[in-house]
Amino acid sequence: MKDLIEGRVWTLGRDMDTDQIISGKYLTIIDPQELKKHVLEIGLPEFAAGARPGDILIADENFGSGSSREHAPAALKAAGIGAIVADSFARIFYRNSINLGIPTIEARGVRALFEMGDTARIEMRAGRITNLRTNRSITFPPIPHHLLDLLEAGGLVEKVKVELAQRKAAAGTPRA
Amino acid sequence: MNSGNGGMTLAEKILARASGLDHVASGQIIEGSVDLAMMHEQGAQTVAPFHQMGAEKVWDRDRVVIAIDHWVPASTEGAAVLHRILRKFATEVDLPHFYDVGNHGICHQILAEHGWVVPGDLAVGTDSHTNMLGAMGAVAAGIGPTEMAAVLALGRLWLKVPSTLRIRVKGHLGPGVVAKDLVLRALGEVKTTGATYKSVEWTGPTIERLSMPERFTICNMTTEMGAKCGLVAPDEKTFEYLRTIAKHPMHPVYADADATYERTIDIDVDGMPPMVACPYSPDNVRPLTDVVNEHIHVDQAFLGSCTNARIEDIREGAAILRGHKVHPGTRFIVSPASTSIYEQCLQEGLIELYTEAGAVFTNSSCSACFGGNMGIIAPDEVCASSSNRNFPGRMGPKEGRIYLMSPAATVAAAIRGEIADPREFA
Repeated sequence: MKDLIEGRVWTLGRDMDTDQIISGKYLTIIDPQELKKHVLEIGLPEFAAGARPGDILIADENFGSGSSREHAPAALKAAGIGAIVADSFARIFYRNSINLGIPTIEARGVRALFEMGDTARIEMRAGRITNLRTNRSITFPPIPHHLLDLLEAGGLVEKVKVELAQRKAAAGTPRA
Repeated sequence: MNSGNGGMTLAEKILARASGLDHVASGQIIEGSVDLAMMHEQGAQTVAPFHQMGAEKVWDRDRVVIAIDHWVPASTEGAAVLHRILRKFATEVDLPHFYDVGNHGICHQILAEHGWVVPGDLAVGTDSHTNMLGAMGAVAAGIGPTEMAAVLALGRLWLKVPSTLRIRVKGHLGPGVVAKDLVLRALGEVKTTGATYKSVEWTGPTIERLSMPERFTICNMTTEMGAKCGLVAPDEKTFEYLRTIAKHPMHPVYADADATYERTIDIDVDGMPPMVACPYSPDNVRPLTDVVNEHIHVDQAFLGSCTNARIEDIREGAAILRGHKVHPGTRFIVSPASTSIYEQCLQEGLIELYTEAGAVFTNSSCSACFGGNMGIIAPDEVCASSSNRNFPGRMGPKEGRIYLMSPAATVAAAIRGEIADPREFA
């Protein structure tokens, strides 16, 4: 996980539910590269074609509400999103997004700080996000340790992989 | 975060047990042992991360259920592939509890009917409406497929102990007013973010009087409040429901008398009319009596979904439909929540009743609820639905308008061809 994340901003409104991020008709697609063609098709139709690696999503309250579909953060990750920052997140989306290793940050008041196309700088450990156009910034509460660990590991798959390997190694060690 | 050793809420009690601790408080991060893990089609996305993690076997094959429901039978090649991946995985890692085509149903209903979740359990599923099983007096929460891979490998997951929103309900539901109306009314007050990350605990004399199916409905839609879980304390009804079907021993727990609630909402349902959630949010709730005056034409009515497609719901609809026909300008789709409910409908003559009235009675599945299988609406159409979500694009096009209501109100709309008050058919 990078401590300093910078990128071009896409803004989104409140209650951006998972149907608007990846709608039901695409749920049989599990290849993220295919999914990204349809990402935010309802919520922000110009995003899929216009997104560049490293772009940052800045949303209002309740981002990712609705279903448990991991297709939503997986499609955003495939689109190259560098971070998702919102005034607040729905809980399953938040977990899914962190599990996939996407820097996912809850920062009250962040939406009001940005306009479409601005550049954002996020200092993960310091807990600060700055609009480099206006030079205004706000702070956010530190990301809890267990989540930082997950992001450091590169997501849940990598973290569990290490744990299972350690377990296997311990089981294979002959007793003295 | 709560501090000290004050009383615990129902969710805190369950999570204390799941984490092997005497006491937990809201805000605390715990590692919880999972009593039941459920996957539907989204579980196909669990397979790759499970292997990538280096996992070889599942922690406990008798605590894992696979229940396909979104595309049953498979309606596209993509869906067929998802089913295939799951069947192959189930064989490979030895998961015998697979509810496949012919023995299928909506995953949450399968868990309920077969007694897979019991009081005191910590259950997780790859579907957001897993909250429904909280009606057993359990913490039941939705998770994503990668997280499910970790659960299958380890049998546990991290959880932040949620604070609790208590919804205390008193009064009697009037004729034609049901549990769905109660949960819609509560949603109108709590809103879609009012319980985000929280546990919702339903209490009070009205809740105690509700049947298990009614409790399923009100816990199911705590998801729309943003809640991690929604619970009803177990009682004689719970024990009776599970008496012959419980798959593992019950370990009921109860909230302490001095439990700390972040917030309590009091609802008195005496005199409450039927409710309806208007587009495009489940919290955009108005009394049905107001909406009826707008004479909103209904192109499609849908009686289905994990929220309201149990035998009781279909009977409730039948009581209204008897002697009437579906309006010529309206399509009416009925999709029971499980195959056993379908069979029950068959035995009771309900399939005949619905189809003779002009409805299409489908096999069990999530059906029109999620806009990815059957029952898609056109952009300028309106659907009256007993389901749980009316977001833009939920039934296909983003302009489609969905009104959420009780099963009875859904049938009333199918008969009138516009949003109607079911009490007029009494």
